[in-house]
Amino acid sequence: MKQRIELLVNGEYHELYVAPNTLLINVIREELQLTGTKYGCGTGQCGGCTLLVDGEPVLGCLTLAVAVDGAAITTIEGVAAVDGTLDKVQEAFLDNNAVQCGYCTPGMVLMAKDLLRRNPHPSEADIRHHIKGNICRCTGYNGIVRAVKAAAERQIEGDANANG
Amino acid sequence: MQTVEYLKPADMNELAALMQQYAARATFIAGGTNLIPDMRSGRHRPEVLLDIGDLKAMNAIALNDDHLSIGAAATIARIAADATVNAHCPILAAAAAKLGNPLTRNRATIGGNLANASPCADTAPPLLSLEALVEIMDVKGQQRQVPLDKFFRGYKWTDLAPGEVITRIVVPKPSSGMQGGHTKLGLRKAAAICVASVAVMLEKENDHIAKARVAFGSVAPKPIRAYRLEAFFEGKAADATLLSQCEPILQQEIAPISDIRGSEAYRRQVTAVIFKRNLQELLWS
Amino acid sequence: MKTYPITIELNGEARNTDVSATETLLDVLRNKFDAVEVKNGCEQGDCGACTVMLDGKAVNACLVLALQASGKAVTTVKGIGSQTSPHALQRAFVEQGAIQCGYCTAGMITAAKALLDEKSTATTAEIRQAISGNLCRCTGYKKIVAAIESVAKKEPATHKR
Repeated sequence: MKQRIELLVNGEYHELYVAPNTLLINVIREELQLTGTKYGCGTGQCGGCTLLVDGEPVLGCLTLAVAVDGAAITTIEGVAAVDGTLDKVQEAFLDNNAVQCGYCTPGMVLMAKDLLRRNPHPSEADIRHHIKGNICRCTGYNGIVRAVKAAAERQIEGDANANG
Repeated sequence: MQTVEYLKPADMNELAALMQQYAARATFIAGGTNLIPDMRSGRHRPEVLLDIGDLKAMNAIALNDDHLSIGAAATIARIAADATVNAHCPILAAAAAKLGNPLTRNRATIGGNLANASPCADTAPPLLSLEALVEIMDVKGQQRQVPLDKFFRGYKWTDLAPGEVITRIVVPKPSSGMQGGHTKLGLRKAAAICVASVAVMLEKENDHIAKARVAFGSVAPKPIRAYRLEAFFEGKAADATLLSQCEPILQQEIAPISDIRGSEAYRRQVTAVIFKRNLQELLWS
Repeated sequence: MKTYPITIELNGEARNTDVSATETLLDVLRNKFDAVEVKNGCEQGDCGACTVMLDGKAVNACLVLALQASGKAVTTVKGIGSQTSPHALQRAFVEQGAIQCGYCTAGMITAAKALLDEKSTATTAEIRQAISGNLCRCTGYKKIVAAIESVAKKEPATHKR
């Protein structure tokens, strides 16, 4: 018996009918065709399915879609500007060799953005702690950590320029 | 790797002198694509390395009146691309092009491929079907020519005595009516050790098979000529029934084993398939 | 242990050292000449990570004795282009996402360069053949081939040697 839910995804309104046991990640990937969010393990261990739900990081594979009825969801596709300009975090990832196969990257970027929102001056330990739930098999994490640090610096610079 | 001496003769005279001096203690190196991994693994522990790879005389590819002469140190890449080889024995060029990969082909040599005498040696079946001979120099500087089918004595066992070297490969020019085919089966398109291969040279006269030379690789302890199969075909009318009739004879000629690249049963089946494909191609296309 | 003096022209520069008879060109490049852009993948000619050009021909450095390279010209990927002045191939690899871990890259570019030195335009099949001795565990080859194609399929005048 399908249930009606409403989601605001990357600023776009969607009315959906889903079975109660439908996972959020499947709605995002299959109903809405937003495949940037990855299905890595299905058990909440790899972080590939990281989404922001009402601004808070959430694992799409462990969330029922009906449980987030009415929420505003940000996926990786919603991070760059509408005109395609990359977010500072995305730029920093590209500039710091933080992307190899790219599979962990959407989750990493969302967690990085979440961190910088809470803590604009994260230490390396802060960064490593915040991405503990996101596994990368390729890079060894150093490039990712460097990228987040660089993004933090650019953000501060950007804010200073905007305000100064 | 242990202490080894290295010498690089500048010409054939110097080579002969060194061979006389070092005799059975000498190990020859040209491309090194087999020898270096063997040295690293300890399978070969040479005392003295004689580098023959750059010797002009052993690199020459020349067409004579009745034969093609290929220096033993000629690289596989060069042989695959050589205009003379492609014109007169295209199946050798074709087989060379399938050996290893482009990087190893730039170093590996035809002499090394034959001297190593793997049953999977890629250049062997075409050379066998072309009735090639190897020219060998002994430690006293004497030359002898050995037909390739006699050169291969058994599993990785050749006519080379310690200290002897192949100087060139002599390929009798096939008569103008001879056409050839070659197939190599491997588990990959490149860098593949042969699973089964066949080389066929056929001459047709009217609708009869006047001459047949067939060689197989990777289906016996050494690369082999299939004499009984050849005798079966010679003189026969080029009839489609030959394909089924020859099968039992073919199966008697080969003695494949099961290994990591394929089972005996697979090799038996697939050798017959590639042989028949080549036969059909040569007789009826 | 008996050693021999050798001279190798490495990326245009004469380099000297002493080697044993069994040291390979790969050993010497990485351990004596600090040319660590040449990678050690398998040491037996299977992976192509150690691809260099020897007198213009692409070879596995692990299958050449250092002594055999004496008196010859060796080109590594650093001799093909630099960070400040990259070759079209290097730019294409970066721009097209043909690099993940980067380990096969030097060998790939060297093998591709050897192809382009032979023929300035190449078909997709020729490109795949030319890199058939270079293994990549990351990319699935698609972007590598596309990167090389983007350079190899232009008219000869538009890319530099």
